[in-house]
Amino acid sequence: MAGDALNHASMTLTEQLPILQVLVPFVAAPLIVFIGSRALAWPIAFASSVASFVIASLLLGQVINGDVISYHIGGWAPPLGIEYRVDATNAFVLLLISGISSVVLPFARASLSVELPPRKHTLFYALFTLCLTGLLGVVITGDAFNVFVFLEISSLSTYVLIAQGASRDKRALSSAYNYLIMGTIGATFFVIGIGFLYMTTGTLNMADLAVRLEGQGNNRTVQAAFAFIVVGIGLKAAIYPLHFWLPNAYTFAPSVVTAFLAATATKMAIYVLLRFMFTVFQPAFVDGGITLEVIILPFAIMAMFAASLSAIFQRDLKRMLAYSSVAQIGYMLLGITFLSETGLMATIVHLFNHGITKAALFMGVGCYVMQAGGGFYSQLSGAGKTMPWTSAAVVVAALSLVGIPGTAGFISKWLLIEAALDRGWWFVALLVVASSLLAVIYVWRLIEALYLGQPAEGATTQEVPLGMLVPLWIMAGACVYFGFDTDITLSASRSAAQGLLSGSVAVH
Amino acid sequence: MDLMTAEFILGHLNYWLFIVLMMTGLYIVIAKGNLVKKIVGLNIFQASVFMLYISVGKISGGTAPIFPLDMKIDPEVVYSNPLPHVLILTAIVVGIATTSLGLALIVRIREEFDTIEEDQIEEIEQEMALAEIARHDAQSAGQA
Amino acid sequence: MRHHLILRVITKMLVGTIFLFALYVQFHGDYSPGGGFQAGVIMASGFIIYGLIFSLEKLQLVFPPWLVHKLLALGVLLYAGTGIYSLLGGYAYLDYTALSPHHPEHGQHLGILIVEAGVGITVTGVMVAIYYAFAARTPIINDEEW
Repeated sequence: MAGDALNHASMTLTEQLPILQVLVPFVAAPLIVFIGSRALAWPIAFASSVASFVIASLLLGQVINGDVISYHIGGWAPPLGIEYRVDATNAFVLLLISGISSVVLPFARASLSVELPPRKHTLFYALFTLCLTGLLGVVITGDAFNVFVFLEISSLSTYVLIAQGASRDKRALSSAYNYLIMGTIGATFFVIGIGFLYMTTGTLNMADLAVRLEGQGNNRTVQAAFAFIVVGIGLKAAIYPLHFWLPNAYTFAPSVVTAFLAATATKMAIYVLLRFMFTVFQPAFVDGGITLEVIILPFAIMAMFAASLSAIFQRDLKRMLAYSSVAQIGYMLLGITFLSETGLMATIVHLFNHGITKAALFMGVGCYVMQAGGGFYSQLSGAGKTMPWTSAAVVVAALSLVGIPGTAGFISKWLLIEAALDRGWWFVALLVVASSLLAVIYVWRLIEALYLGQPAEGATTQEVPLGMLVPLWIMAGACVYFGFDTDITLSASRSAAQGLLSGSVAVH
Repeated sequence: MDLMTAEFILGHLNYWLFIVLMMTGLYIVIAKGNLVKKIVGLNIFQASVFMLYISVGKISGGTAPIFPLDMKIDPEVVYSNPLPHVLILTAIVVGIATTSLGLALIVRIREEFDTIEEDQIEEIEQEMALAEIARHDAQSAGQA
Repeated sequence: MRHHLILRVITKMLVGTIFLFALYVQFHGDYSPGGGFQAGVIMASGFIIYGLIFSLEKLQLVFPPWLVHKLLALGVLLYAGTGIYSLLGGYAYLDYTALSPHHPEHGQHLGILIVEAGVGITVTGVMVAIYYAFAARTPIINDEEW
């Protein structure tokens, strides 16, 4: 870098896109605090979110054919410098995260007026953009330790965001605390894993790690690193036996926060898992061990059933959806265990489809909290008549959750079953169908409450304002749209899956 | 054989200490019911990882990795690896943020629940959940 | 703490020295151990000891909470702003060459100085903000109940 000042070629805006992706929300957060104006907080947050959505779409457009963009921070070339590395996999996740935040923020404006005292709004938006920064940063960076830093940026802001539910229910505090303990243990495990990798290889750049780890499958330090990383990220992703923080955190957080986190935070963790399993450790290493078939597969299946069963017996819609999230993470893990292109496609597509589905559903819960005072089925009784538009959107999203043909959820489950049959695991395919039937039951309970119940006498429940209805319907519409037009999702996930499976990182 | 065992134990001293410290911290987090003690445990746990990193960066006989002002670097001088220190500086900052956030949450929990013992908090939560369920069941029964 | 004459006198003497030492660590960070993180914490400890001895109210007259909040945001903006300046010059983010294109080494010096200043300001702000957040809570336990 030094010394090339004379023949320096200016970087164009397009070349700067990877850093702008993170920088825009990162600058927005302190700006909101610095200006300190409640009127300006939301516009700044929204503008930065939309800007990063636009950047993510541009990036995805550049890499959807399998290209890789590498950006060197400070002009220091990798493996010494920190590298931002965009390929089809993470551009797709970037698009999901920034898209969800751009839709959720308009919803937040109306929803927060009920769920949070006004004096906290300014800092709320600052934290929200900070959380967005963290999530985007984890996904875009190509440096293993940088992942940890961004992970903690997003986690710390998440803990605070969840604790904001305390103005409605004090249990938000204890669930935020529990999440803090679990999340910190997870992140520290992750750092231990990175430390072991650094000890073995002397590098932190993921692409460089991959090259140096080749043929190290029997090295015990590397195996320990793999275990630490998988468990650490597993805590963040709420992989089945590590999910205990999730239901409470999602239930007591403000609805906007839940909608945003459910759609992005666990998805980000799944992405990190994919990235480490396939790019850093390479498919051969993962395939050689027993991790997939003996550990991840049973837990994935247990998640699909145990969490779905828990969901059936909930009385609170928000908690039911939280348990269903744990079950859906099981599907994503299942896709990984097939170790095939279709399986990984299923994982990545499901990551996206489930993200938009859950965002729609939790926004629906936010509408009910606003008008009916809560998400309990007894409070939702008859809401199909009193809040027809909200309820219709919730039903559309709920059908996508089950995987009814014509919705986004169907596409990913179809891929999953196809991958299971390709691998010859017909029994697993049957289990996927069976667990979907459990989803039918819990979704039916919701529809029953909405449409067959009678509204409480004297209740004055009304439809929510348009500011909430429009974002809700955008997401519900997306659930249907991506059920029919699968060009974007399938082509992006196909090149992502191919990229991951080939383990191709040497392309500099 | 004995020599090898001794070497194995002494040669990996930093790892043994790391394991002891890490397990102590993790044990406190899991076993103690007091929320403040859990944070203390978490700190010990994190500190063990800091130690691990820093001990890895140490090169025997190595000095602080700062070049002299005139940049006349003596090839004889061995420098420690600065990278783990930098990484851990970041991790320490993250740890401080986590600790202060955790303590802040405890202050708020103390104000709302009037206790910082985990089992008492769980009891209160259980009662709240049961009351909630009873209320909504009654309401549903009324509607049906 | 009104009766502790020695503490009060010593604190008055120390606070200035602490600030001076913080600035030394801050600006000497380019060539020796130190830098924004350490300097920020030392600087904040100067404020905090003043608050401990002379009461929170007195400290908040000198360093009001709104100013703390602005400062901690300002530090981050300063850091990010340096990076944005390099972006505008057509360099990579945080490429300090942009600060002095014909003399990259000067750019490095200037860059690290500004960035560390940003870090120092933010760390001071954050540490004092944490102290305020905890100290401003009304104690639940009376002094005699210990």
